[in-house]
Amino acid sequence: MKLGLVIDTDTCVGCHACVVACKQWNTSGTLGPLTDYQPYGEEPSGVAFNRVRTYEVDTYPNNKTINMPMSCMHCETAECVTVCPTGASFKREEDGIVLVDQDKCMGCNLCAWACPYGARELDEAVGTMKKCTLCVDRIYDELLPEADRQPACVITCPTSARAFGDLDDPDSEVSRLVRERNGYQSLPELGYNPVNRYLPPRNKPHAETTPGAPLPSLSERFKSWIDKAIVR
Amino acid sequence: MHPALSVIFFTVVSGAGFGLVILSVGLGLLGGVPGLGVSGTLTSIVTGVVLATAGLLASTLHLANPKNAWRAFFRFRTSWLSREAVFSVLFYPCVALYLLGLWSTGGAHGAGMTLVGVLVLLLALATVFATGMIYASLRTIPQWNSPLVPTNYLLLSLASGAVLLTGVTVAFGESPAVAGRLALVLLITAGLAKAVYFFWIGKPQGPTINTAVGATRARIKLLESGQSSDSFLNREFSYEAAAARINQLRIVVYVCGFILPFLLLVALLRTDATPLSLTLALSAPALLGIGLLAERWLFFAEARHVVNLFYGRQQC
Ligand code: SF4
Ligand code: SF4
Repeated sequence: MKLGLVIDTDTCVGCHACVVACKQWNTSGTLGPLTDYQPYGEEPSGVAFNRVRTYEVDTYPNNKTINMPMSCMHCETAECVTVCPTGASFKREEDGIVLVDQDKCMGCNLCAWACPYGARELDEAVGTMKKCTLCVDRIYDELLPEADRQPACVITCPTSARAFGDLDDPDSEVSRLVRERNGYQSLPELGYNPVNRYLPPRNKPHAETTPGAPLPSLSERFKSWIDKAIVR
Repeated sequence: MHPALSVIFFTVVSGAGFGLVILSVGLGLLGGVPGLGVSGTLTSIVTGVVLATAGLLASTLHLANPKNAWRAFFRFRTSWLSREAVFSVLFYPCVALYLLGLWSTGGAHGAGMTLVGVLVLLLALATVFATGMIYASLRTIPQWNSPLVPTNYLLLSLASGAVLLTGVTVAFGESPAVAGRLALVLLITAGLAKAVYFFWIGKPQGPTINTAVGATRARIKLLESGQSSDSFLNREFSYEAAAARINQLRIVVYVCGFILPFLLLVALLRTDATPLSLTLALSAPALLGIGLLAERWLFFAEARHVVNLFYGRQQC
């Protein structure tokens, strides 16, 4: 299995709901807490597993806004794991999820240096490295209804711009999306082979339209208007 | 990259320490450090070990969770940081054995001593090489991902070791003829290799914002980073030094790190007056130290991590 996310940059509106949902779920999750630094101070900041950045692509009149949510890509060639001297960072055989064993991490930052996608953040209060777990503590939880066994960011996305699934399975929804919409990797030239994919903006009009039934005849429409008028 | 003082201090000081040990032991294997007796050689190796240790201890200061530092020995197979830790720890018993041998035999290199000496030499070289490889193995930082990086680390370590060895030789009242000449050659080589490095990082060659965001045929600019103040990522990776500052420091690197020590050593080789030669021999390593601290600061400050692309940098 190769679990990962497929994110549609065409539908993402940059609302940051996934950022908030991620923080809410994970701060009490396996790798939590996600410490906040001066949350009510002058310069609030803190650990996040997921960040959304907004770009303007091309120039007027062809300019377009692209929102790019980014979290760990659970890379196939995860150099963050290779460089880790303590063995705290590891990639799971069974589903490809990359995790950090909080009991082993010595906080050397080397894995964050090795990650091209800014997916790893040191928790300066705890002293250990934190990162996206793909909600490993949700997706396998049999106490949750089946539909809820998805990462918090995916469930919460109001525009359904995020999809979660097995990118190894050619018949999965995520694989189909990547195939049909030309899903791409960020920074493919670095060779990390990130599992997460992004779907580029569509070229055709955004709303899918299906031709409706033909209009009823004039007399039919007149009759239905009379019906409505009389009721009122 | 954010230039962390503990790491700058660590790499410069332990590099010099290991360099001093490498040269003292290396020359010892070749029949003794010329002009330096047993006590002098012992002093120079011990000085090297002290410097290396000070550096290694400083390096643990940048760990956020040092209580797990002992685990760093367990990923030797994949991690250069782990290899560095293992090599540096194996170095200690070997060098202790060598010092003991030197002290008891008075400098005679039997088969056993030679073996231990070779081990010390290889482990010290391997440690410095591993330090360089920690940086060179990162594909995320184009300015580091090059064989030039471990080459520079090794050459600068040897050059600073040789300058220190010259200092020790003079301090013991001996002729610095061999150590001094060795230092001159190493200073020139290291200075040239560093010049190649500065030239090589001159023009941006890394990935662009286009492949990062995924629109390869249009201009891209950051509209919103989505955060109201700097995060760990910005603090760690977005350090930018002003171009003027970088140029000033490169001058410091060359003047203090290479040119002045070179001239001082040349003067040293031409003088016999003891107080003057001692001043020369001791100010050379001091100046070199300043130059190397500037060099290491630049090594970090000029490194551009690709995560900056997501924060709007056009190319790394
Ligand atoms: S995105 Fe970064 S942290 Fe995640 S697997 Fe890839 S290299 Fe590792
Ligand atoms: S910060 Fe922790 S997880 Fe990352 S490389 Fe260091 S020890 Fe490994």
